[in-house]
Formats: sequence, C-alpha cells, structure tokens
Amino acid sequence: MKKFNISLNKIIILLFLTIKPLHSAEMTDPIKVDWSFKGLTGTFDRASLQRGFQVYKEVCSSCHSMQYLSYRNLGESGGPEFTEAEVKAIAASFEVTDGPDSQGEMFTRPGRPSDMFVSPHPNKEAAAAANGGAYPPDMSVLVKARKGGANYIYSVLVGYEDPPPGVTLDQGVYYNKYMIGNKIKMPNNLEDGLIEYADGTVSTVDQMAKDVTTFLAWAAEPELEERHRTGVKVIIYLVLLTTLVYLSMKKIWSRVDTEV
Amino acid sequence: MSDQEYIPKSKAAKWFNDRLPLLTLGAHLTDYPTPKNLNYWWTFGGILTFCLITQIVTGIVLAMHYVAHADLAFGSVEHIMRNVNYGWLIRYIHSNGASMFFLAVYIHIFRSLFYGSYKSPREIIWILGLMIYLLMMAAAFLGYVLPWGQMSFWGATVITNLFSAIPLVGESITTWLWGAYSVDNPTLNRFFSLHYLFPFLILGLVVLHIWALHIPGNNNPVGIDIKKPSKDTVPFHPYITIKDAFALLVFMIIFAGFVFFTPNVLGHSDNYIPANPLVTPAHIVPEWYLLPFYAILRSVPDKLGGVILMFSAIFILFVLPWLDTSKVRSAVFRPLYRQFFWILVIDVLMLGYVGAMPAEGVYLVLARVGTIYYFLHFIVILPVVGLLEKTDPIPMSISEPVMTGGAEPSLARKLNEKV
Amino acid sequence: MSKEEKKVNRRDFLFTASYTIGAVGVGAVIWPMIDQMNPDKAQQALATTEVDISQVEPGKSITVLWRGKPIFVKRRTPGEIQEARAVNLDDLPDPQNDEERVKEGKDEWLVMLGVCTHLGCVPLKDKGDYNGWFCPCHGSHYDVSGRVRKGPAPTNMEIPKFEFLDNNTIKIG
Repeated sequence: MKKFNISLNKIIILLFLTIKPLHSAEMTDPIKVDWSFKGLTGTFDRASLQRGFQVYKEVCSSCHSMQYLSYRNLGESGGPEFTEAEVKAIAASFEVTDGPDSQGEMFTRPGRPSDMFVSPHPNKEAAAAANGGAYPPDMSVLVKARKGGANYIYSVLVGYEDPPPGVTLDQGVYYNKYMIGNKIKMPNNLEDGLIEYADGTVSTVDQMAKDVTTFLAWAAEPELEERHRTGVKVIIYLVLLTTLVYLSMKKIWSRVDTEV
Repeated sequence: MSDQEYIPKSKAAKWFNDRLPLLTLGAHLTDYPTPKNLNYWWTFGGILTFCLITQIVTGIVLAMHYVAHADLAFGSVEHIMRNVNYGWLIRYIHSNGASMFFLAVYIHIFRSLFYGSYKSPREIIWILGLMIYLLMMAAAFLGYVLPWGQMSFWGATVITNLFSAIPLVGESITTWLWGAYSVDNPTLNRFFSLHYLFPFLILGLVVLHIWALHIPGNNNPVGIDIKKPSKDTVPFHPYITIKDAFALLVFMIIFAGFVFFTPNVLGHSDNYIPANPLVTPAHIVPEWYLLPFYAILRSVPDKLGGVILMFSAIFILFVLPWLDTSKVRSAVFRPLYRQFFWILVIDVLMLGYVGAMPAEGVYLVLARVGTIYYFLHFIVILPVVGLLEKTDPIPMSISEPVMTGGAEPSLARKLNEKV
Repeated sequence: MSKEEKKVNRRDFLFTASYTIGAVGVGAVIWPMIDQMNPDKAQQALATTEVDISQVEPGKSITVLWRGKPIFVKRRTPGEIQEARAVNLDDLPDPQNDEERVKEGKDEWLVMLGVCTHLGCVPLKDKGDYNGWFCPCHGSHYDVSGRVRKGPAPTNMEIPKFEFLDNNTIKIG
C-alpha cells in the first residue's frame, strides 16, 4: 500500500511537471491575494469598493472606459452602495452628451444616475491615438477577461520594476514582471500618497491596487453577492430534496428484490 | 409491444382516446416494462432530457433580450448580465448547461459502448443518438459564437475555414457560410437563426430516439434479452421515475455548483474581450467538449487530411454496430473487450487534454498516437477481439445473478469459475 | 396502530414531503423565467424625464416622450381654463373637477398622458366636439381638461406623477 502511495505521488508530480512548462517562460505567476469575495459565501468589502471607485475616477478613468456600467449601479445592493444622494452627486459631476435637442444639436448636461459611465474618448480609435497606439481596454469586464482574474490585475498594478540587464525597452513601453511578455504600454500610475481617500485610509500603492481591483471585480460581476447567497440556498434545498427522494426511492424499491 | 390494451375509465376519456390515443401513450410510458437491474449509468437518458428542456427554456428567454448584431451582441449579453431581472442566472444556466449537457451525453455514449447497447436490434437508436450528438455539437458551436467575444469570433473563423479544405468548391462554401468575405455581421445573424432552430430538430430526434428504444426495450447491464413484462422487469413508473429523479437531483447539485460558484471556469476568459477581427488570441481552443476532435484535427499536418480525419472520427461511430463482431452484448462478460474499452476511455481523455495544449513537441506526438489508437480501436481491435475473445458464461435471466448475490461482474465471474 | 400501518404512514409522509418540496422548487424556478419579462433595471432607471416648458406659448402644447409614451404639456389660456371649469360634472362619463387635474397655482399647465383610455391610441389635438382632443381610432372626444366627453373611452386621460422643479422645468415620473 505504501509503495502504491509513493508511486501515486510521483505520478501527480510528473503530471504537474508536464503542465508547468505551459506557462510562458516570460511571465511570473500572479500574487495570490485573499480577497473577501473569494469562496462560497464571499462578499465585497464596501469601504474598499468605495475607495476603489475613487481610484478609478481619479486615476484610471482618464484613459480607460467602463462603458457597460451605469452610475446607478454604484448605489445598488451588492456594490459600493453609495447613498442615493451620493450617487446623484457622483453622476452630476460628469458631463454627459445628450441630444439631439429640438434644434438638432447635441448638448452636454450634468449626468444622471441612469446614465452610463462617461468614456474618456469618443471611440476606440481616438483612445488608441491618445495612448501611443495602444487601446486602453474597457474595464467593465476586465477581471473576467483576464486569466488569473483579480489576482492578475492586482499583480500587474504592483508589478512595475526596472528592466533586468539585457532587456531594452522601446519608448512608451514599461517593464512589468506579471504581464505576459513582461512588456506593458501602461505606465505605472500609482505612487504612495497619490490620492486622498475620503475615508482617511493611507493611500499606499498596495492599498490603491487592492481597492481598485476590488472595484473592478465588482464591476465585472455585480451579481456576485446575490449569486453566492442564492447558490447556498439552492444547494441546501437540493440536498434536502435529494435526501427525501433517496428515501422515497429506497421505500419504493423495497418491494422489488433488487438493490438500488 | 406486449402492452395490454388500455381502456380509459371515464366515457369522456374514452371518447377522446378513441380519436387521439394520448392516454394510451401515457399508459404505455407509465407501465413500460423496464429491466429491474438498470444501474445509475442508465439514468443519463432522463438527465439528458432535462438538459435539453433546460437549454430550450433558458434559450428562448435569452433570445428575448439578446441582439444578434455585430455591434450590439456583446453589449446585449452584458445587458442581460447586469439589467435583466435574473438575467445573470438564466445566462449562466444556459452557458454551463451546455457543458453539463455534453458531460451527460458523453457518459451516455460510453455507457452504450460498455454495455453494447448499440448492437442489434438497437442500431437505429444508436444512429439517431449520434445524429443528436452531431446536432448538439453544431448547436453548441453556433451558440458559442453569439456573445461575439474574441473566442466566439475566432472559433467561428477557424471552424468555418474547415470547409475551405474541400477541393474546388471549398472557398465558395466558406464564403456562402459567412455571407461576407470573413466572419461578420451576416454570419452572426444566420448563426443566431440556426442556433434557435437546432434544439427543436434535436427535440424531434429525441422523440424518435425514445420511440425506437421502446420497440426492443432497454438493454441492461447483463445484456441479455428479457421477457416483458416478467419477473425481470419493473413498470417505468414509479420505479424508474424515482430513480431517475434521484440521479437528476445529484446531477443538479453539481450543475448548481458550477452556476452559482464558478460560472466561468469552463469558459475561456478571452471571450469577455469583444470580438476584434484584427487580433487573434494567442492560444485559441474550443470548449472542452470538442477538444478530442480538435486534437485529431491538429494531429495531421495536412489541411484536408485533418478535416477528413476529424469528421471520420465521428462518422466511424455510425458503422460501429457492424464493426463489432461479438455475439455478446455486455462488456461484463467480455474480459478482453472490457480492457480495450478502458484504454479507449483513457485515449479519448488524453486526446481531450492534448487538444487544450499547444500543438507542438510532446503534445503533437501524443495527439498522433492517440488518433491512431482511436481509429485502431474501431477498425481493428473491435472486429478482431469479437472473433477471438473467450467470453464468460452468460446467465439465463436477470434474476439469476441477482439472486446469487448481486449483479457485480466480478462476483458473477467468480461464481462461474467455481462452477 | 399496527406495524404495517406505521410503515404505510411513514411512506405516505415521505412521498408527500418529496412532492411538496419538489413543487416549491419548481415554483421557485418558474418565477425568474416570468420576472425576466418585466421592465429591467435600466428601464426602471429611466422612469423620470425633465421637460423645459419655457418655450410654450399660451394656447399651445408640446408633446414629450416619457417611458415610451407621449405626454401632452398644454399651456391653457384663461378662457380655456374657464371653459373647463364651467362644465357640469353630471355631464361627464368620468366626473372629475378640472382643479384635480392640475397643480394648484399652476392652473394653466395641463400635463397628461397622451394616450386614449379606450385602446391606447394617441388623440389629435384641437379636434373633436369639445375643443380638446379627438381620438381617431374609435372616436372618443376629450375636452380642454383632457376629460372624456363622448365615445367609447371609459375614463379621462391619465395625469402622470409630475412636479415643477422651477417655473420653466417640470419633472415627470
């Protein structure tokens, strides 16, 4: 038996060894963060979501769009849960293009909660042109669109380093050890004390990276908390019903000389 | 059928039944004599019916909110996820439902392979089943294109380009499939139309599949013909219905686990990037359920050859009932075949694994070995083993092994050895 | 109770419990399938519209869209207000004072859902026998207060929830 165990271990190790080289050699595995939204009953940290929104608004939003989000989402349950007044104020702080009016002209007005997040650029091409030819991806579902999810986004945000000797970088390209190929066109925009958090938290790079990643994780999966809650109930219900049906089945089949 | 004539009790029911014998049908389905020794591998027929209905219902609902337009499709899926009441739940059931559907169908197919359910007189059931499987793959592929993410777009491009391998008319066929000069808005629109159509074709085939099953009746783990109804059978209701219900509930627990706790684990993250005709993802792979065929396709260094081989891998199953020369149905009594069966299972799993890996180095070698073995199994091993194999003694009836202590094959064999 | 009966009872309980709990589950699954057809969150969020009324001359009206339906905003002349208030309530199929249909102190502004209460067509303005609206679909006549006077429409045209944000702006919804 012991012998068998050892050989099984070896097989498992061998399997992992064969899987390992699949990762691109030029990419470090993302840092594993113990997110509050992980696990079967995970929920978002509200305060972190609100701070994360602040980071997005003050830093990311000058280049990245989040076109599938609406200001009203910021007040919905399971999200940052800003109060109704706060949501209105946030929305109103953005200039929204509306129209055409009765003269056929487009006009701008302060945003309303029902408006979608205002994009920094009118279209993809303009966004690429303003950023050295690299389109800053829309961040609505970014966490779901990257292998490694939240861990990956966080790692990239804190993964800027000086290039190791022998690596030369073109103009406008930066070295990041968690990025695939280690080259990224987004500069390191975070530095300690960059923003003044409304709740007084010290804005270290790590803190901001965690907060904004939490915010992005919520943006990609705004249904997460409801999904987890419903899921737990559904599983409990199914286990209960399965037990009852199993007992019923045993009863019914007891009339026959066959085991089930 | 050996069913007794069903006579409705009430006059009104009799009047109706004389004109449309739905009640007779209902009585037939209720009383349908089923072998009493069916194990849990036989519950997947019911589970598959559940999967089909779930996909149709959630699909109809999603179609109420989805927009089949290249500029709007991705956004409409996000609209479903964010705004539509319970939209996230319905979409995740539908997308994970496809995977669960294939999981169940593969178990169903391998059950048939193990117990010889494809053999005479059940060849038509088998062939109808394979047609359902083909349509399922087509429907799944078409559906995967609809969210119009990167994997949708490039999956569609790669799969439709398979047809360009056909000599002379290949290019024209591909263009005709696209309705444009690449995968584009017209392609998306027609894929949506066909994706809505196929499940109903599947439903029609399922009716035929079950009809064809009810002519000879179920095969069973022992694989012998049974007299029906008899001591060896139980009426479908409540015995089989309750057993199917139990198995279905266990299946649903797993299903719910995916939907609520890891809804995207079976998908590919690149499909949350909107389709971009200018950039191909670094590593494109089909959904897991198509991976073995993808491995076969890539194992051949020739375009047409790969396509032919991939389709052959499916079409060879259509002649399976005539390739298998064994007189004995169930692998329980076929010691040699049983080993080759498990090797085939491992082979297909391995093909699935290398299908997900880059087509280079050791993976390419494995893919080639796996492909060769796959065909070898059906073309050489199956006919030869059937002729050479010394099968174990087969019991006279289901009750025999059951009464001597269980249908466990090892036990049955031991008993036979003692004799 | 004999042993046999106890057994039967337990069996009955099991089956009843399974069926009942199963039915609850089916019901819980059906609800999302029904609710998905209700207005979604984006639709619900669009429930209010702000309208600039500074350009409307006395006696004229504008039509704006609210929740996909037309809203008539009419600025009535003193003569029209008087006419609306002189009507004997007994003559009305759906008796209602004109005062109840406008905001106090803003008597000249009639804001109503421009949808005929018969079968949902949009009535034409300045038509019909009562100086108000006339629905071309099935011939209902409305007066300057939007009250039905003749024809198949059962009730007066509906007044939506609205408020004056200032003298020039109203918020509907």
